[in-house]
Amino acid sequence: MPIDVLMPALSPTMEKGNLAKWLKGEGDRIKPGDVIAEIETDKATMEVEAVDEGVLAKILVPAGTADVAVNQKIAVIAAEGEDASAVGAAGGAALSGAADASAVAAAPKAEAAPVAAPAVHAAPAAAYDASGEIPAGVEMVTMTMREALRDAMAEEMRRDGDVFVMGEEVAEYQGAYKVTQGLLQEFGPKRVIDTPITEHGFAGIGVGAALSGLKPVVEFMTFNFAMQAIDHIINSAAKTLYMSGGQMGCPIVFRGPNGAAARVAAQHSQDYAAWYSQIPGLLVIAPSNAADAKGLLKAAIRNPNPVVFLENEILYGQSVPVPKSEDFVLPIGKARIARPGTDVTIVSFSIGMTYALKAAEELAKDGIDAEVIDLRTIRPMDVDSIVASVRKTGRLVTVEEGWPQSGIGSEIAAQMMEKAFDWLDAPVVRVTGKDVPMPYAANLEKLALPSVAEVVQAVRSVTYR
Amino acid sequence: MAFAARKSASASKAAAAKSKSNGPAAFSRDEDLSAYREMLLIRRFEEKAGQMYGMGLIGGFCHLYIGQEAVVVGMQMASKDGDAVITGYRDHGHMLACGMDPKGVMAELTGRRGGLSKGKGGSMHMFSVEKHFYGGHGIVGAQVALGTGLAFAHHYRGNDNVSLTYFGDGAANQGQVYESFNMAELWKLPVVYIIENNRYAMGTAVNRASAQTDFSKRGLSFNIPGEQVDGMDVRAVKAAAERAIAWCRAGKGPYILEMQTYRYRGHSMSDPAKYRSKDEVQKMREEKDPIEQVRRRLTEEWKASEDELKAIDAKVRDIVNESAEFATNDPEPDPSELWTDILR
Repeated sequence: MPIDVLMPALSPTMEKGNLAKWLKGEGDRIKPGDVIAEIETDKATMEVEAVDEGVLAKILVPAGTADVAVNQKIAVIAAEGEDASAVGAAGGAALSGAADASAVAAAPKAEAAPVAAPAVHAAPAAAYDASGEIPAGVEMVTMTMREALRDAMAEEMRRDGDVFVMGEEVAEYQGAYKVTQGLLQEFGPKRVIDTPITEHGFAGIGVGAALSGLKPVVEFMTFNFAMQAIDHIINSAAKTLYMSGGQMGCPIVFRGPNGAAARVAAQHSQDYAAWYSQIPGLLVIAPSNAADAKGLLKAAIRNPNPVVFLENEILYGQSVPVPKSEDFVLPIGKARIARPGTDVTIVSFSIGMTYALKAAEELAKDGIDAEVIDLRTIRPMDVDSIVASVRKTGRLVTVEEGWPQSGIGSEIAAQMMEKAFDWLDAPVVRVTGKDVPMPYAANLEKLALPSVAEVVQAVRSVTYR
Repeated sequence: MAFAARKSASASKAAAAKSKSNGPAAFSRDEDLSAYREMLLIRRFEEKAGQMYGMGLIGGFCHLYIGQEAVVVGMQMASKDGDAVITGYRDHGHMLACGMDPKGVMAELTGRRGGLSKGKGGSMHMFSVEKHFYGGHGIVGAQVALGTGLAFAHHYRGNDNVSLTYFGDGAANQGQVYESFNMAELWKLPVVYIIENNRYAMGTAVNRASAQTDFSKRGLSFNIPGEQVDGMDVRAVKAAAERAIAWCRAGKGPYILEMQTYRYRGHSMSDPAKYRSKDEVQKMREEKDPIEQVRRRLTEEWKASEDELKAIDAKVRDIVNESAEFATNDPEPDPSELWTDILR
């Protein structure tokens, strides 16, 4: 069958172009790869290469023609064994294969019907009940968050030989913050791996290992340094499952201290919760106490998706009772009511919970009964639990150390506008870190961070008391 | 240490005659036939993709591998099952050489539901767990650290598979390449770094972007051995690949192969390639074409008949036409697919 040569597009946006010249004439033999013509637009020139073999039977658009529409027939090639002159005379009426004009007409049409997101919140929101998380009769051991995180990793490494830990100073030094203390001694250098100072590189190596099915726990000495590696966290880890049509997952945990420590200035004091929380394909966890840290880190390591696990240096040394059980695994994506109350809802996470709980105690003295919700997981966010609480209290304050613009509080405020507007008796108020790089001077640093007084003030403003 | 850069025999003019003297080891008739078939499939597939792009059936970016076929085909001839392959965005050839279904590749290019990524990845993002092909990456150089991680996984599991990590002369200037080199040699990871030097990083000639244009030396300060290879001669590629892969399988660490190759087409479909002369391209096509070299050997040395070669050509054309037809008529993904495959 004769083959039509169509006017090609230089780019998806090109609609027409000029046929500058023909490099082959009627009657010429043509092989795949031969340049047969040149087309041009105001932006660029392009050669038209033959894909098929045969004889150029007829040129339908002469050289020098301007504004030739994309996909218009410009020539006809007679295939092997066909009579070129007959084909030429017929003007290439017959069409063939994929080069067929009707095939072009059948090209994708934009889907007209809008596609709704899965209706997660169709039913009235119910708060998650965390009361059953700690198994009855289990022994409780008071330990620091540092120890709880270490135990979580050690237990999961005992359980699964594909789990390994890599990062700077995680092995021989025992961890820059001693979170990996003792792991080298128990698991050896094959599974507890000191890396050079090379965040971009070792994050990529971790992701590559995870794509092949291993389960790396990649420690960043702080998430501030992970900015060098953020391309692998987002582009390589979070997006691969989707880009592969669900074929290739990336079971990896990126963990380390996040946010401000004390007096380490702007480059070492950033809270990345909001940054990572924007990325579909990532899970983002930020625990506030040792028990949640253990249960959630175990869940993160067992989860088949990439997880960003944001710890906090100041919280590492704080102790609470932690269940002594290798089966203590908490659900990802569920908030916890840290303090039940009726007058106002305070939502926070990680070290923000310190301000929130202290403020609630102070407010209680004045007869304001605050409900404090610990998000624990930032993505997916347990919006249902917040909505359920706001339906009860009618008032909401968010607390975080991160910056105000596009922060976690901003997201919660928007969610409440959409899902709890009718229950709000006052505007949502955000308590955040100040909109400045973190200063070094002690007094300025204190001013830059949220405070208990600011949370108390915010609650008073929304309760009008 | 045998890390001094070795130069393999280069030019392949009169390849047939040379192969018997100081050129790369000669291929058997079957090897030449197989290389011809594989390279021709890539060439014809890419030509068809270019045509379909011109017809508006393929959108976005589309980077063709035409001219570079001998590199991936020669490498695959030296690899074995279980070896991981990873590359950048000029990836169609690698997928075909790994045995991935041409229909699935083409349907991914057209964004249809039968595409290897269900139409969600496109030209630059396809993967196959079964064929150990790990993408298909759009961020220049990212695949180098990822490929090193694939080697890490082989090492961790204690098998003797290797990671074949491809990147271009442009990616070779990214910082993470050297972070990866350092750890690969430090931990003796079995990774062959294949630098496909096609002379232009988009529109920038190698000598305008690189202080050291001998890419085989880029691993010297890490003690990684390297070779420059005539990437237009599939026999030279296979011979070098065998040396490099043997080095890796023996637990000696990474190895660098600079493949001196050439892309005939622009960087992507929308590149008019004004940064080089037509004569340069024409000369390369006439004198160094990887497929012509093999075809010449087949007719001159192996006395393959025109009919025999035509039968191969026809078979390849059928495969390509079938894939184009499938990719044209397969429906777009169901709208519900928008929300799937984000998390497991």
